[in-house]
Amino acid sequence: MSVAAEKSVYEQLGGAPAMTAAVEVFYRKVLADEHISHFFEDVDMERQAAKQKAFLTMVTGGPVQYSGRDMRAGHAPLVKRGLNDSHFDAVAGHLKATLEELGVAAPLVAKVLAIAESARVDVLGR
Amino acid sequence: MAKVKHESNWYPLESGESVLDALLRQGVSIPNACRAGACQSCLMRAVAGTVPEASQVGLKDTLRAQGYFLACACRPPEGTLLEVTGAEALRLPARIQALSWLSTSVLRVRLVTDSPLAYHAGQYLSLVREDGLTRSYSLASLPHEDALELHVRLLPGGAMSGWLARDARPGDRLQVQGPAGSCFYVPGRPEQPLLLAGTGTGLAPLYGIVRDALAAGHSGPIWLFHGARTPEGLYLTAELRALAEQHPQFHYRPGVLEGGTRDIAEGALDALIRAECPKPVGWRAWLCGDGPLVLSLRKKLFLAGLSLKDLHTDAFLPSVPQVQRTSDAGAR
Repeated sequence: MSVAAEKSVYEQLGGAPAMTAAVEVFYRKVLADEHISHFFEDVDMERQAAKQKAFLTMVTGGPVQYSGRDMRAGHAPLVKRGLNDSHFDAVAGHLKATLEELGVAAPLVAKVLAIAESARVDVLGR
Repeated sequence: MAKVKHESNWYPLESGESVLDALLRQGVSIPNACRAGACQSCLMRAVAGTVPEASQVGLKDTLRAQGYFLACACRPPEGTLLEVTGAEALRLPARIQALSWLSTSVLRVRLVTDSPLAYHAGQYLSLVREDGLTRSYSLASLPHEDALELHVRLLPGGAMSGWLARDARPGDRLQVQGPAGSCFYVPGRPEQPLLLAGTGTGLAPLYGIVRDALAAGHSGPIWLFHGARTPEGLYLTAELRALAEQHPQFHYRPGVLEGGTRDIAEGALDALIRAECPKPVGWRAWLCGDGPLVLSLRKKLFLAGLSLKDLHTDAFLPSVPQVQRTSDAGAR
């Protein structure tokens, strides 16, 4: 298996500048979705965008590593507020739509979604 | 326990308490207004000890390097020993040049500083009265103009606004501290459409920003929406209409919730904006005034396609009322 031959989705999209553009597309989708928008409302939109940029960077294989423990601690307050599978699925759906809108090929989208899926147990605190 | 030394006395902090709250609680008078890390009225300087990073957010690098921090946002960890002084060194002496009414409730205050204040139109500063009373106001003037201009809304029971409206006279001396804030025009992309919206005295920074952009030769369309509850809440309407006559790229749209006329639209501010600027993709915007309205407009404009990096906001925060000290009653 050659690591060098296969670029991450993060690199293929164009690295950090591409994430900045992608996060706006993604953030608009989650804010416009009334089922989940209350988890993303933040007086400080810049801070919220930065969190989402870190999330997109992680799931596209970029230079952000969250441990399972980070994911648990970060989402614990949201789990208390009722975060469940339906919300996780909605976010994953917006992630898929964002990547498709940015022209990411289907096999790579699937790969990103698989990374996101692997975080489900920690995000939902199971 | 963390401790703070101020003017040769040590003051203990309760767990999680801010330096501002601890000093006020123990009878030390520290200028402050919003207590939310925005207005910078409670700026202090650490002369010994380390302050948490969070208490320096939004400060200029030069201030940070000198140990300045915001007392309301400074919650030092257990065991911290901190020695602090006020920010008197950063204040500029000033005198009131003129006071005039822009409407029945908005006072125009013109100030001249003893030495020039470097600022961008649209930034804000803290006004410090001789007795230490401090409030934060936006600048409506341009840096090359001979006076600083503030628009002060007369609030029921407002300490600073009441004093300015009733007791202050031209020639009275006070101090200004600042400027602060990143809500201003940066030259470049002169063809980019600009959207400015605000309510009440949120017009002050916008009035500065519009004139700054026009003076810089901005050629793209510039839309200014000023909202109020009723027509009495609008001001500078004649000046802004005249400005629109002189500059065809500038569009002035006053709006009210009730009592609209032929010249004044009636309806919610976001609806007026949507009607005139339905697709603000690639635009630059400034939103100033009432806090919740600014935050809601920002979200709507972001969803309408404006990029976060092009969205500048100044959400006005109310100042937190001081606890009345009964010993002061009737002292003068």
